[in-house]
Amino acid sequence: MKPAILGMAALFAATTALSAAEIAPGDVVFEDGAVAASITGVVGDPVNGRMVVASKKHGNCIACHANDEMPDVAFQGEIGPNLAGVADRYSEAQIRGILVNADVTFEDSFMPSFYRVDGYIRPGKRYTGKAADDTFAPLLAAQEIEDVLAYLMTLK
Amino acid sequence: MNNKLLKSTLGTLAIAAAMTVGSSAVFAGADLDKKLVINGETEIVTRTAAPAHLDGALDEIFSGWIFRKDETQTAQMDDFDNPGMIFVDIAQDAWNKVDGSEGKSCASCHGAAEESMAGVKATYPKWNEAAGEVRSIDMEVNNCRTTRMGADAWKLTGGKMTAMNALITLQSRGMPVNVAIDGPAQSMWERGKEMYYTKTGQLEMSCANCHEDNYDLHIRADHLSQGQTNGFPVYRLKNAKLNGVHARFKGCVRDTRAQTYKPGSEDFLALELYVASRGNGLSVEGPSIRN
Repeated sequence: MKPAILGMAALFAATTALSAAEIAPGDVVFEDGAVAASITGVVGDPVNGRMVVASKKHGNCIACHANDEMPDVAFQGEIGPNLAGVADRYSEAQIRGILVNADVTFEDSFMPSFYRVDGYIRPGKRYTGKAADDTFAPLLAAQEIEDVLAYLMTLK
Repeated sequence: MNNKLLKSTLGTLAIAAAMTVGSSAVFAGADLDKKLVINGETEIVTRTAAPAHLDGALDEIFSGWIFRKDETQTAQMDDFDNPGMIFVDIAQDAWNKVDGSEGKSCASCHGAAEESMAGVKATYPKWNEAAGEVRSIDMEVNNCRTTRMGADAWKLTGGKMTAMNALITLQSRGMPVNVAIDGPAQSMWERGKEMYYTKTGQLEMSCANCHEDNYDLHIRADHLSQGQTNGFPVYRLKNAKLNGVHARFKGCVRDTRAQTYKPGSEDFLALELYVASRGNGLSVEGPSIRN
């Protein structure tokens, strides 16, 4: 019985640790624009991250950034830099910081903050044109940020 | 064509198609020198030096026509191909039709729109001294309807108003936009300028982010223009109707994931005045065609 109880306790501790590890949007700690620690404690999934980058319904990163690794995706934007080689130009912590809130790294950046919920002027309820309500959430979920990061780290 | 040649041609087409898809990240910029002449007679200034108040922001200003696809541009060269003109015809009937308790039509006081409305759109929005406020064309139309005709006010974003705006706009086609930004209109103009540079919504985008900093570039499939209003009202291929400037503003602000301002509000009137003044020197072009 004793090992089983210990096993249960270990599982419980692990579960608690997981949920406790997800950092709320307002609690992310930056150092020179970079965010060193994972905001979920769960390793990112690059396959899902790739989908989030390309999909209009998710990150829609391609709206502004072309990406040589996705020649199959039509109408890639011309606003930000090409994502090719992004992992050569920035560290993992720097990219995480840019995804969470690019303004910390690049002052007055055109890039939206993908994991932030406050400080907006006239925040709306998604694309309805109506005022934000209690469903207001960051543009991407914490794990989506980690997934996108995992994908971008493959672009070397 | 023999089979071998046919196959080879098809193969080439397939490769060309694949290359088009593969190179989709690379867009062509607009031909900034392209000329617009409507009906072979009305020359439209679609590119000119920016007005002095844009010093440091833009050197040149361009009509949105410059950034549209060839077929959209061509359709606007002949009014028979411009669906916006259908609404002008509807408004012409309304212009002559008696409405309201006073037994008057627009024509009762203003005669032929071709004469009385020539040059009017080029200077609007503008300060109305008697009313003590800045007014848009649409506000003046409703003022006439309610105080002179004894008729109901039209909905500011409704089809009747947008069509009447197009009829009035048409009488200034080819004339330079010349909106006053000083004098009593200045405070509204400053308010509009503040709005233009304010980042709204969860995407934190200002008008300037797209239309000043990144015009002639693409956001996904959208080829960004300078957001000029000299072509309004615009017939949009997207919704197959004539669109007023406030309705268009609302769509833009909504797309920043913001709570929009209300069409017809003083906020959008201020923005209308400011954005119109950024086009001072371009020709009045409406009703135009856009995507």
